Amino acid sequence: MNHFPEAWGRPRDEIYGAYNPTYLPSSLGGAHQPTTRTQSPIVTGTSVLALKFSTGVVIAADNLASYGSLARFTDVHRLKPFNKRAVVGFGGDVSDMQYLDRLLNSLDVEENYTSSTGDSKQGGEEGLVDAPLMSAKNLHTYLAKVMYKRRTDFNPLWNALLIVGLDDQSQPFLASADLLGTTFSAPSLATGFGAHLAQPILRRVVPNEAASRELSREKAVEAIKECMKVLFYRDARSMNEYSIAVVDENGVELSENEKLENQSWAFADRIKGYGTQVV
Amino acid sequence: MTSIGTGYDLSNSVFSPDGRNFQVEYAVKAVENGGTAIGIRCKDGVVLALEKLVTSKLLKKDANKRIATVDRNAGVVHSGLLPDGRHFVSRARDEASSWRGTYKAPIPGSALANRMGAYVQAYTLYNSVRPFGITAIIGGYDAETELSVDGAVGNGPKVGAGGKTQGVKEGGPFLYMVEPSGLYWGYYGAATGKGRQAAKAELEKLKLDPKEGNCISLEEGVKEAARIIYVAHEDSKDKEFELEMTWISSMSGPTKGRHEEVPKALREEAERLAKKSMEGEEEEEEKMEG
Repeated sequence: MNHFPEAWGRPRDEIYGAYNPTYLPSSLGGAHQPTTRTQSPIVTGTSVLALKFSTGVVIAADNLASYGSLARFTDVHRLKPFNKRAVVGFGGDVSDMQYLDRLLNSLDVEENYTSSTGDSKQGGEEGLVDAPLMSAKNLHTYLAKVMYKRRTDFNPLWNALLIVGLDDQSQPFLASADLLGTTFSAPSLATGFGAHLAQPILRRVVPNEAASRELSREKAVEAIKECMKVLFYRDARSMNEYSIAVVDENGVELSENEKLENQSWAFADRIKGYGTQVV
Repeated sequence: MTSIGTGYDLSNSVFSPDGRNFQVEYAVKAVENGGTAIGIRCKDGVVLALEKLVTSKLLKKDANKRIATVDRNAGVVHSGLLPDGRHFVSRARDEASSWRGTYKAPIPGSALANRMGAYVQAYTLYNSVRPFGITAIIGGYDAETELSVDGAVGNGPKVGAGGKTQGVKEGGPFLYMVEPSGLYWGYYGAATGKGRQAAKAELEKLKLDPKEGNCISLEEGVKEAARIIYVAHEDSKDKEFELEMTWISSMSGPTKGRHEEVPKALREEAERLAKKSMEGEEEEEEKMEG
């Protein structure tokens, strides 16, 4: 059987005119374009960087949201603490970040329905334990599934996420999830331009898991700050104000108004080959 | 009871000739048998407390919590039929989350109480349903500080057009009680359940009006709440009970604007003081008699 509706038992063309296919998609001779969803992000945040150290994880992202190449919003905080053990860093589309933030907000409210005390500890006397907090690992699994579901629906959330914090064994945890639903884990991670510009530097500091277990908190923060500086030098969608967070046993320490220090643009006049400049 | 045999009590939504809805009054009777629940609105927060009667020795101690969190900033304690209370809480959670969905901010206490009052009232109107067999106490804290809009990035202007009016005080602790009829009021101190008379008498002795000054603090409130539950339990002394307490303060207080269980150490201290004050009273009575 011919399944195309224009071929079904039709009145004669010479009397009633030809079949009007305008409502059909263009592939069938109609005027309609295929249904499409997000094809590209609109307002975007650039790289997110994170690095594991002996007792926790450092994460950083700058405070800029760009509209194309326009530096549109300069006070956008892209690190969102989820609870005392997990922080999410968002790269990519800012409105999708807001959606995910609300999703995480409602998840957190639901997680706390079974009331727990403020002095929540993992374990305790008499087996009277508060419901354990969701770990960064749990959160990563959840977010990765959300991202994968959305890309499978051909309606992706245009973000690259880094999820940092502590896992169920209170060990440092760092993993990524992106708009394709791909997950990846390593002792150091960077999204966006950072994957090209910062990742090599971070890998020099922490070449493998063993090295990250040896790394001190101070060294880790220093390395991340250095990478933020390199990114500001070379990434045209970046900014010199940024947020940085450290998650360890003591909880989340978030600072949202850091400024890049000790910049040196001495290298700049040696760079040739861009724009109208003649080499 | 005057209602029996008249026929006007057989169906919900039917008035008796003297203007009463007997089904609602029977629901109130169901509440009167429940463990005592109280709420105290203090200067800097709210305490909810419950006398949880132990119905079986086979139930795990301190498990099966009865005071529920509805949103970060609000909790509900109820007395009466347990499953009705569960349903009430579930609806309250739905209301709180749908408010967030619309307004991207936590639901104010007044709005939550209003919606729950309307919901409970609807169960007095139709004869396919029965009224709620609970009285619920809703307590919480409307943020005084600027809360970021859920999911928002960046900040708006600090003052002026599109910004904030400076020096305006907003928010604060709230406490409401919803009855089976759907009636609800805001209270300084609320009590329901079996020991409500004794509890109310105790609540009235407390300084709770913020306008009069020296209104009690949250920590004092926790201790008073524990004591009042012990006082209210006097009449059913033969039965065992567990004290369940939650509290909520402002963002700058001990719970950081969240509705949480009172920490174990503080609860045990409050219970110790409550027991001590009960013993003290008994001794005084003995002296008077002697």
